[in-house]
Amino acid sequence: MKGTGVSPGISIGTAYVIRKAPAVNAITNTIEEKDKPAEISNFDKAVKEATGEVNRIIDLNRSRFKPEDIAILETQTEFIGDSQIRSDVQDKILNENLPAVVAVREVIQSMVQMFGEMDDEYLRARRTDIQDAGKRIIKHLLKDDSESARRYTENTILIAEDISPTDALSIDTSLISGIATVEGGRTSHAAIIARSRGIPAVAGCGPTLMEIADNDTIILDGSTGDILVNPDNHKIEEYRKKKKISDRESESLKLIRDKPAITKDGRKIHLLGNISSHTELEHLFECGGEGVGLLRTELFFMQHEKLPSEEEQFEFYLQVAITAGKKPVIVRTLDIGGDKQVPFLSIPAESNPFLGYRAIRISLDRTDIFLTQIRAILRASVYGNLKIMLPMVSCLDELKAAKTLIKKAESELSDSGIRYNSKIETGIMLEIPSAALMTGMLSKESDFFSIGTNDLCQYTMAVDRMNRKVASLYDHFNPGFLRLLKTAIDQAHEKGKSVGMCGEMSSDPLAVILLLGMGLDEFSMPASSIPVVKQIINKVDYKDAKEIYNIAMTMESSSEIREYLQEKSK
Amino acid sequence: MIKRDFIIIDPLGMHARPATALIKLARNFSSLITIQKNGRSVPLKSMVNILSLAIKAGESVTIITEGEDESVAMEAMDHFFTEEMKNF
Repeated sequence: MKGTGVSPGISIGTAYVIRKAPAVNAITNTIEEKDKPAEISNFDKAVKEATGEVNRIIDLNRSRFKPEDIAILETQTEFIGDSQIRSDVQDKILNENLPAVVAVREVIQSMVQMFGEMDDEYLRARRTDIQDAGKRIIKHLLKDDSESARRYTENTILIAEDISPTDALSIDTSLISGIATVEGGRTSHAAIIARSRGIPAVAGCGPTLMEIADNDTIILDGSTGDILVNPDNHKIEEYRKKKKISDRESESLKLIRDKPAITKDGRKIHLLGNISSHTELEHLFECGGEGVGLLRTELFFMQHEKLPSEEEQFEFYLQVAITAGKKPVIVRTLDIGGDKQVPFLSIPAESNPFLGYRAIRISLDRTDIFLTQIRAILRASVYGNLKIMLPMVSCLDELKAAKTLIKKAESELSDSGIRYNSKIETGIMLEIPSAALMTGMLSKESDFFSIGTNDLCQYTMAVDRMNRKVASLYDHFNPGFLRLLKTAIDQAHEKGKSVGMCGEMSSDPLAVILLLGMGLDEFSMPASSIPVVKQIINKVDYKDAKEIYNIAMTMESSSEIREYLQEKSK
Repeated sequence: MIKRDFIIIDPLGMHARPATALIKLARNFSSLITIQKNGRSVPLKSMVNILSLAIKAGESVTIITEGEDESVAMEAMDHFFTEEMKNF
């Protein structure tokens, strides 16, 4: 089996398959006559919810999914709402006195058996569709969709459809040695989390992945994307050797952990990490991270059904602040909309969500949400070195409006006698070309800048990187894009402001020297990338990096620039 | 009641995607629409039932529409089996 390697490293372990339904074997009791109508309506309600859930997945991803993918999901809703399943379930409830959960399980089992006995391979494979429908219905009957209660043993390789941000946050990743998902790619949440915690991962393996059973022996190569199921001893031995070599490489990288990132001619660079919760800090510091260049807050928000209260948010920032101590932590305020939705804010579908109501635009509109978040951050700022970063700022007015609100939150706290760090820095994330082109002007109000290359590149080149037809145009070595970065850095430097980068480009080994040559001050990335980037920085002279940048700028295409950088990095 | 025979032209037979489309189409009519193969007939309401007929490419099925809008329904079925089935 093969998917896309999204987090490097080799893992050999035991499969733990997350099937989105809890076991119902324990429930065997029968029900009384008077409860039957309620059980039937419970079933109908669960069907409705399960159908709604799938339809929501379709709606949220309509622009991203291929028509085939949508057709598969629509088929799912037909299975879930199947009239034969319903009448069989109703029969079992009425005539066999079974609770809905047990009735569903039995009906599904007999249908699965019937399809399993068919002589047509295609129809035999439909068993999984029926099983899936049953699981979704049962999940809603039991109202239990969390993985938090699961226990993992050491060397577990998680196999799942997809790891939702909520799942990812509730799983104890210290026991997980690998992750493979049916869905997703390099930028899915599962991949981001795997990289930040140094767990090898493969995404986009396709539905056959779910044929893996619990306790199957799995070899997973997060670099090549290969997955081997129940390999023979010969293969296991081969991969053990490979693993030893790759582990040794990562060990030697750990050796450079405590060395500073400094060029041969003495330019000091700050290497920071991108994280979503305080649990990732330990790994970040192990990898040599000097602080947090991006604390994403939206995963925390997405975990909550309701808007998290000021106290809940305060707890979240407090844990990060305390764990990081004196090390700086840049907290990005809520960055939802686009492809990220939260349950408590139903943002109507937009024809261009990436150009729509998202990030700071929501914050300035829903000032109640923004002020609560700012108050919580300010309160936690006393306990560490927190900074505030505003996402998706496109003009000076937005920045001014946000800063007025921050001032308001500060005076509210002062009035209530609550302490906060009155010198807290506020910066902006550069992800919109207009902002990147006027960092000089924005410097009046912004204490620092951090370039978010993923969105900035996408907006600069007008390429949706999720759209497979055009994704190849998305390239951060585009000569125009590089000039935009340079402009942003130069203007900010003229005003004495530092510029970091927290997008994917900062951990691209090929890009490091180029960015260094442009004058970038801080690189923020997934923890596991830090040692590699540090090694590159330690081996180069700043003046050579500048020269390499200047030469690259004479080239007319990204492929030419890439080739040149590849040559230079040998 | 109207009865008409159709040959399955999709090389994969009556698989989940056309079955989904067929069920959705049948919902537009008040008539009871059933599909029949080898003497076994099921209403066009349940995905599981339709698939359980294991209808393969080249096989013949009988569609029966019965109700107020039976002739319009049959026209829609006709279009589905002769035209739309090419597109899955």
